[in-house]
Amino acid sequence: MRIHFKTTYEQDIRLFPDLWTACVYGALILLAFALPYLINEFYIGEVTNVLIWAIAGLGLMLLTGQTGQASLGHAAFLAIGCYTNTILIEQGLPFIIAFPLAGVITGVVGAIIAIPALRLHGIYLAIATIALSILADDIIVLLEPWTGGVSGKFPEMITIFGFEIERWTMPTRFYYLVLIVTIVCTLFYRNLLRSPLGRAFAAVRDSEVSATAMGVHIARTKATAFGLSCMITGWAGALMGYYAGTFNNETFSIVISITLLMMIVIGGLGSIHGAFFGAVVVAFLPQGLSILKDGLIGGGVAIPGLETGVFGMILILFILFEPMGIYGRWLKIRIWFELFPFARKDMFRRQKSYLKTERLR
Amino acid sequence: MSLLEIKNATLKFGGVVAVNDLSFSVEEGEVYAIVGPNGAGKSTVFNLISRFYEPFAGEFTFDGQNLLECKPDEVADLGIARTFQNIELFEHATVLQNLLVGRHRHRKSTLIEELFFAPRVRAEEHRHREAVEEVIDFLDLQPYRNKMIAGLPYGVRKVVELGRALASGPRLLLLDEPASGLSVEETQDMRWWIDDIRKQMGITVLMVEHDMGLVSGVSDRVLALADGAKLAEGTPAEVQSNPAVIEAYLGAGAV
Amino acid sequence: MEVLQLLVSGLANGCVYGLIALGFVLIYKATEAVNFAQGDFMMLGAFVTLGLTNAEYMDLPFWIAAPLAISIMAVLGYLLDFFILRHLFGQSQTAVVILTIALGFVLRFVAGLIWGHEPQTLESPLALGDVQLGGVVLGMADVAVIVVTFLLTWSLYQFFQRTKLGLAMQAASQNQMAAYFMGIPVRRVQGLIWGLAGATAAVAGILFASKGAIDPNAGLLGIKAFAAAVIGGFGSLPGALAGGLIVGVIEPFAARYLAAGYSQIAPYALLLAVLIFRPHGLFSQVRVKKV
Repeated sequence: MRIHFKTTYEQDIRLFPDLWTACVYGALILLAFALPYLINEFYIGEVTNVLIWAIAGLGLMLLTGQTGQASLGHAAFLAIGCYTNTILIEQGLPFIIAFPLAGVITGVVGAIIAIPALRLHGIYLAIATIALSILADDIIVLLEPWTGGVSGKFPEMITIFGFEIERWTMPTRFYYLVLIVTIVCTLFYRNLLRSPLGRAFAAVRDSEVSATAMGVHIARTKATAFGLSCMITGWAGALMGYYAGTFNNETFSIVISITLLMMIVIGGLGSIHGAFFGAVVVAFLPQGLSILKDGLIGGGVAIPGLETGVFGMILILFILFEPMGIYGRWLKIRIWFELFPFARKDMFRRQKSYLKTERLR
Repeated sequence: MSLLEIKNATLKFGGVVAVNDLSFSVEEGEVYAIVGPNGAGKSTVFNLISRFYEPFAGEFTFDGQNLLECKPDEVADLGIARTFQNIELFEHATVLQNLLVGRHRHRKSTLIEELFFAPRVRAEEHRHREAVEEVIDFLDLQPYRNKMIAGLPYGVRKVVELGRALASGPRLLLLDEPASGLSVEETQDMRWWIDDIRKQMGITVLMVEHDMGLVSGVSDRVLALADGAKLAEGTPAEVQSNPAVIEAYLGAGAV
Repeated sequence: MEVLQLLVSGLANGCVYGLIALGFVLIYKATEAVNFAQGDFMMLGAFVTLGLTNAEYMDLPFWIAAPLAISIMAVLGYLLDFFILRHLFGQSQTAVVILTIALGFVLRFVAGLIWGHEPQTLESPLALGDVQLGGVVLGMADVAVIVVTFLLTWSLYQFFQRTKLGLAMQAASQNQMAAYFMGIPVRRVQGLIWGLAGATAAVAGILFASKGAIDPNAGLLGIKAFAAAVIGGFGSLPGALAGGLIVGVIEPFAARYLAAGYSQIAPYALLLAVLIFRPHGLFSQVRVKKV
C-alpha cells in the first residue's frame, strides 16, 4: 500500500490522496472523452449502456452500500424518472430543465415513499420494495392516459440550446451527454462521502442506536438517502428511456430491480468502482453469452432464461468466494503487487459474526 | 442549580418496576457514579436520560430545561453524550470516521452545499478534523486513526467509544460501565482519563460502574441502587460502609 | 352462494401460498434467513414429481413417485445448505437474501433446460373429479390441498414446540454462539431445516401441479407467498398459513368485485399496508430489547 505521510487535513479531505492517483483518474477521464475517436460507433453505444447502468448502480449503491437499506424495487424509480422526463418534455419544457427536474421529482417521490418504510428493517424492507416494484409495473398500466400503458412511449429527440442529440443517428453526442451526467453523479457521490451527511449514512447503516445518541436524526437521514438515491436513479431511468428508444411498463420490471441489486453486489458493495464494474458485467453479459453459445452450439438456438440463469450463477460464485465483489478482488490483487513480496495471507479476512436474532430489537 | 436533576422517576416494563421513584441530582463539574447489583436499573436510568425510554412518571431537568420535551436525537444537541455498555460503534468505518460522527451535532452545512462540496463545507471539515485530533491526542488513538473498527481489540474499542462521546463536546458525559472488560492497566488509564476529563475539560461525568476501585478512586459522589430504588448516596467511603449497601451486595449477615 | 364459492376456491389457492410461506417461516425460524427461492423450490418439486410420474418421462406410479420426489427435494435442500449456504455462515442476512434470489434464477433456468418451458400437467390421481358440498363445487385436488396443508402445519407446529430437535432449531436461530455452547450442532441443524423446507416445498409443488399446469415460471407465485408470510408474521407457523389463506381469499374477491387492473395489485397493496401499519404481521414475535 502506498504510504501517505500526511501533514495537512486537506490531504484527507480532498478527492485524491496523492498526485499519482489524481493523474490516473485524470487520464481515465481523458480516455473516456477521447473514446469516440478510438472505437467505432457500435461500441460507443455499448459503452453508453454501461455508463447508464453505472449511474443506476450509483443510485442504488448510495442507498444499499452506504446507508444499508437494501432495495429490491429501484426499477420503480427508473420508471418514474423516465416517464416524468418524457412527460415534462411533452408539456413543453426544454430538456435542459426537464431532465434535472425529473431527477429531483423522482427524488422527492422516493423520499415520500421512504417515510412509511423507515421503520422497516432488513428483509421487511426488501419485501416492501419488491411489492413496490410490482405495484409500479401495474400502476403504469393503470395510468394509461399519461403513461401510454402497455404500448409505451417514444421519447423525442433531445435539444439543448438548438444542439440536437439523437441516440441512433448521433451516438457520439449521446455518449458525451451520458458521460457528463456520469461524471456529475460520481462527483456528487464522492462529495457526499467526505461530508458529514455521508458519515451519517454509514452511521445509520451500522448502529442506529448510537447514531441517534450522537444527534443523527434517523428518519430524516434515511429519507434523505432515499431521496438522493432515487434522484440519481431517476436520471439513469430517463437516459435508459432514450437509449432504448421506446419504453413501457415491462422495461422497468421487477427483474430489472433484482438485476440492479445483483449488479452492485457483483461489482463490490459500498464502493463507487463497484457500480462501474457491475455495469460492465450486466451490459456485456448478453453479448458474451451469445458469442459463447454460437461457438459451442451454433447460432439460431434460443435458450430462454440463459442470461438470468448465468447471471445468477455468477452472483452465487461471487458471494461464496469473493463477497467483496470485483472491486474487492481488484483491490486484493493490487495490494498484493504493491506489497510484493510482503503481502500477508489473511489481510482481508472478514470478522466472523455469529447470528444474533433480530426479533429482539 | 444542579446540571442534571431527576425527581421521582419511575419506569415499568410490564410487571417489572425497573426504576422506582428515583431522585438524584448531579452538580456541574463533579464525577458522579451509580453502583448497584445487576438488574438494579442503572443502564435503564441512562436510557431514560437519553430518551430511549419514556418514563412512567418523573421530572428530568438538564441545565434548567425539561428533558422530557426532547426527542432522542435532540439530546446530543443539549450537550449530553454517552457510551454504551455493549459497544455500539460503527463497525464498517474507521476510528476517525467514528469520531467524526461524534461531531454531527455541530454540523452547519446544508444538503446542497454538501453535494457540491462548497468551500464552507471544506472549512467546516477542517474545523471538525481539528476538534477530533484533540480527542485523538488526548486518548492516544494515533496508531488506530485509519483502522476499521471491525479489526480492533476490545480495549481499543472502548476507548474509541469514549472518544466519540468526547468529540461531540458535551457538558455531561454518561459512561456506561467504562471499565468493564478492561485489564488492570487499561482501567488505570481510564481512571486518569476520567479525572482529566473532569479537571481539564470541565465536563461533568455520570457513570455506571462495577469496579469499586475505579469508583472510589475518581468519583466525588456515589449513588447505590437496588431494585430500581435509591439505597444510599454520598461519598464513596460513606456508601461503601453503608450497611444496607453491604447487605444488597453481599447478603445479610456479612460484616 | 357465490360468496361461498369464491371463498372456498380462494382457500385452496391460499393453502398453496400457505405451504410455500411455511417453507419461508421454517427457514426463518431456524436461521433468520429468508429463502427467496422457496417458490422455485416448489416449482422444482412439482417438476421432479412430473418427471417421475408422467408417461413421457419415467412413468412411475404416483404413490411411489410422490414420496420419492419429496425425499429428493429434502436431500436437495440439505445439500444446498451443505455446499452453498454454509459458506455464508457468519455473513449478513442481505448476502443470503441476494444469494437465494440468484439461486431462484438458476433453478428456473435449470428446470427449463431439463423439462422445457411449455406448461405441463402432472398426471396425478388427485386431479380427478369434483366434490359437491352443499351447493359448492370443489375439485378433489383442492380438497387434498386444504387437508394436507392443515395437517402439515399442525405437525410442524408440534415439531417445533415439543420435540428436542425443534427446540434446538429455535435456539440456533436466536443465538448461534449460545446454541453451540449448549451442544447443539448448529450447522447440521440448519441443514436439516433446509431439507425440511425442501420437502415442504415438494408437497406444495405436488398439490399445486395437481390443480393445473405448471411451467418453470410457476415459482414466481412465491412473491405472493411472501405477502402471506409477512401478513402472518415471519416467526409463526400458523401465522404463515393464516397469511396464505388471507391472500388466497382476497384474490378471487378482488377479481370479482374490483375493476380489471386493480385486482392484480390487491395482494401487494395489502402487503404494503400490513408492512406500514403492523410490520411484524398479525402474529408477531418481536419483542423490545434492553440496550
